[in-house]
Amino acid sequence: MKVLSPPNPATQQTITLRGRSLTKTYHTGAVDVHALRGVDLSLFEGELVVLLGPSGSGKSTLLNILGGLDTPSSGQVSFRDMDVTSGDESLLTRYRRDHVGFVFQFYNLIPSLTARENVALVTEIAVDPMEPAEALSLVGLGERLNHFPAQLSGGEQQRVAIARAIAKRPDILLCDEPTGALDSHTGILVLEAIERVNLELGTTTAVITHNTVIGSMADRVLHFGDGQVINSVSNPSRQPARELSW
Amino acid sequence: MRALNLKLLRNLWKLRGQVLAIAVVIASGVAVLVMSLSAQQALQDTAAAYYERQRFAEIFSNVKRAPLRLVERISTIPGVRSVEARIKQFATLSIEGFEEPVIGQLVSIPEQGEPRLNRLVMRSGRLVAAGHPDEAVLSEPFAEAHDLQPGDRLQALMNGNQRTLTVVGIALSPEFIYAIGPGALTPDDKRYGIIWLGQEAMAAAYDLDGAFNDLSLGLLHDTNPEQVIERLDRLLERYGSQGAIARKDQISNWFLMNEIEQLKTMSTILPTIFLAVAAFLSNMVLSRLIATDRSEIGLMKAFGYSNWQVGWHYTKLVMAMASVGILLGWLLGAWLGRVNTELYAEFFRFPLLIFRPDAGVFAIGAIISLIAALAGSLGSVRYAATLPPAEAMLPPAPPMFRKTALSKSRAGHWLDQPTRIILRQIFRSPVRALLTCLGIALSVAVMVMALQWIDSIEKIVQVYFHDAQRQSMTVGLVETQADTVLDEFRRMPGVLAAEPMRAVSADFLVGNRSHRGAIEGVLPNPHLQRVYDAGGEVLQVPPDGLIFSTRLASKLGVGIGDTVRVEVLQDRRPKRETPVVALFETYMGTPAYMHIEALNRMMNQRPSLEAVNLLVDKHQLSSLYQRLKSLPKVSAVVLKDAAVKEFNDTMAKTIMIYTTFFAAFACALGFGVVYNSTRVALSERGRELATLRVLGFHRGEISYILLGEAALLILVGLPLGCFVGHGLGWVMTSAMDSELYRIPLVIKAATDATAVLVTLGATAFSAALVRRRLDHLDLIAVLKTRE
Repeated sequence: MKVLSPPNPATQQTITLRGRSLTKTYHTGAVDVHALRGVDLSLFEGELVVLLGPSGSGKSTLLNILGGLDTPSSGQVSFRDMDVTSGDESLLTRYRRDHVGFVFQFYNLIPSLTARENVALVTEIAVDPMEPAEALSLVGLGERLNHFPAQLSGGEQQRVAIARAIAKRPDILLCDEPTGALDSHTGILVLEAIERVNLELGTTTAVITHNTVIGSMADRVLHFGDGQVINSVSNPSRQPARELSW
Repeated sequence: MRALNLKLLRNLWKLRGQVLAIAVVIASGVAVLVMSLSAQQALQDTAAAYYERQRFAEIFSNVKRAPLRLVERISTIPGVRSVEARIKQFATLSIEGFEEPVIGQLVSIPEQGEPRLNRLVMRSGRLVAAGHPDEAVLSEPFAEAHDLQPGDRLQALMNGNQRTLTVVGIALSPEFIYAIGPGALTPDDKRYGIIWLGQEAMAAAYDLDGAFNDLSLGLLHDTNPEQVIERLDRLLERYGSQGAIARKDQISNWFLMNEIEQLKTMSTILPTIFLAVAAFLSNMVLSRLIATDRSEIGLMKAFGYSNWQVGWHYTKLVMAMASVGILLGWLLGAWLGRVNTELYAEFFRFPLLIFRPDAGVFAIGAIISLIAALAGSLGSVRYAATLPPAEAMLPPAPPMFRKTALSKSRAGHWLDQPTRIILRQIFRSPVRALLTCLGIALSVAVMVMALQWIDSIEKIVQVYFHDAQRQSMTVGLVETQADTVLDEFRRMPGVLAAEPMRAVSADFLVGNRSHRGAIEGVLPNPHLQRVYDAGGEVLQVPPDGLIFSTRLASKLGVGIGDTVRVEVLQDRRPKRETPVVALFETYMGTPAYMHIEALNRMMNQRPSLEAVNLLVDKHQLSSLYQRLKSLPKVSAVVLKDAAVKEFNDTMAKTIMIYTTFFAAFACALGFGVVYNSTRVALSERGRELATLRVLGFHRGEISYILLGEAALLILVGLPLGCFVGHGLGWVMTSAMDSELYRIPLVIKAATDATAVLVTLGATAFSAALVRRRLDHLDLIAVLKTRE
């Protein structure tokens, strides 16, 4: 088994994203749902963190708040020196635009744009993006630049989504169940792409999954349950994605 | 309630915005249909009842002078039920406080009992009494225009004698619903009025003892008026008859029927447009609903619902959507029909009003709308009904797109991705895009069509009153007079120029085609009333031969060089073969001109005239008016400025109402189309737009994608609308074409611009509504679910 070397310990100590005492309560009808009950966590620069937990444990809510898609009921999110929670809608948009890359379970590609154009969609509004073709080769799709989503397999579509997320060289890559809709073989191809981005570009990456196997490829695994981080386990060594199986 | 029906109600509620937008379009169509059909019916019923009750005659004729004993012979003509012999004359009136001369149409009525035909509806006061020759009954519009009431007096110059008439009654008559004076285009109640006087009084004043000069006939049921007219004309020829006319050609009735006819045109063209758009909209909304309901359709079928039941379920939805529109349209149409009929009733001063819209009118509106909506949604319903359940429960395949020629081109290389999304969406559903464009275009077109009237009428006024006519006024004479009278006019105060005009009644015959009209004799180079072609050319009048208006030429099927048989209907009734030497286009009537000297020769008369055109110094009008009031034998004084003003006022009244209605309907159309197409697009692409927001696009940027697509379609639709509007305008003006007038199709750039702006306003409003929804897009909910 090949062991990947963890990122440089010196840089690992720089906190990219920090959440403090985050709570989130949804008011649905007569019932209050406490999705987050006081979460503290820090993502260090360059690390790959896997958030594991059953569905409904609050991990997606946390990811949405960290990514600026949602705001916490209380608590604070700071990206480097910037307080993400203090801003308005337009600041959140700016934050997503400049610093965050998202990958979702259901790809969410724009059906009317080809693979290259889907990536260009983001590079056109980014400050220092890579070429769309470069991003697509990084996820192994250099040959399928001009295909429309309807002409791509699920795994290919997800890899286009990853290329689209990383083409702007984001500081943080947030993946919500990126392999949830894929078979294990295709899922591993997708995980390899994420791993490569993390290692080669040094993008701080958080992956949400309920698949415990995926935890082995992380620097750190956060176990989630009932709106809280139950424990945090650091992997002494990361297992390459292509060696995973489930 | 059954679960499926509950689902139906909730679907309707969820789609309420779109349902309402479709309903508004359907309602507009139904409303126009119900309004025009019910108003048409009400006007027809009201006129018929009015005519029946007041015994409005069916044949009219006039003679120079005929003995009263002739009446008995006339009443023996087969088909004649009753005969009314009258005396009709013109008088110049002087009314206190009104400087200009007023022309009174004097009509005799029996001094005892009621007339047999054309009975009056007394509004106040009473009929004239025997032995009181100065008692007069005034027509209501004329009395109101001068604020005259029973007991008031007015001066009338009757046959050269100044008489003081006392008003004893105010009345209405079916004969003068549309009271239009000689030489005028529109009623002018201030300067032309109907006055009824006792038969004896009139006979005495005009030396017509034991005689009459006007005849009305009532006919037995199912009598062909043409046969009676033929016999009557033969009988009256020697008494100076210029030929009898049937009720359909009586001027007041003609205008009324023409108005009713116009409602008919309105009830066909407009509802067709609205209902076609409604069909397209219901198709768009339903096919979207079925796409989102896909898995539910699968589920329903898995539970054992039949294809028929599923199809019926969505059919009911369409019927419910249409029903909302029909109901709204009924209410709006009934109200508008009532308002419209009342406006007409006020305009025509009907003493009674029968507004009983037939249930059939509403049923027609409902059935046509339902058929339109169902036809529009047929494809979607069939798709839902025949979708195999297993396939329905699978998510739909991702939509297929392809690169357009534009994005492959060099120019396409510079397009940003959002613009690319817009273009590919449009090219992916070209039919839908085209229909959306067409919907917007129709909204503009309806507006152009409505506003075009204003331009056309302005053009008529310009050509008819300003370009062709240079005179300040035209004075019509009761009888033909020697042209020495011209010198008398030239000596009148303030008269700068006076030109003679002849008007001779005649039949024009070519083969088996004929036309009853008049030849107007003019100077070879008239400076005042010119022979003016609508194209802008002033025609020289050749020394002999006829100058025909194009409408008359086409009616008779003749061109320049062809010969027309002219049979004059007055004096010695000469008959001549005369060539057509020139043609000109005019918007009013079917005139025929001739050199005045040639006409005099044809009539075998010394230089004569029937009318004088005057150019007048405005500062001396008062003295001129005084002089004209004392002039005997004047049948008409048409003041150009007053005529223009009356014409504009009459048109403004009807046209303002008409354009306001249409602006509202056009807005409904534009709003309905844009609101529905953007809402459907939002529903189809909410996920895509939310994704873009997640990727860091601002609200404005994603609005660009959704509303940019709408904007692009609107951009194409607007000029297309102007184009279609010109076409609709042409259809409408052609439909209005009659012997009395033709509406030129004139559309100013400002009209196109106004129509475009109004539609733009309506579409901007619907876009703003959708934009609000876009701002409240739930990013997380959209992304967490598979479509």
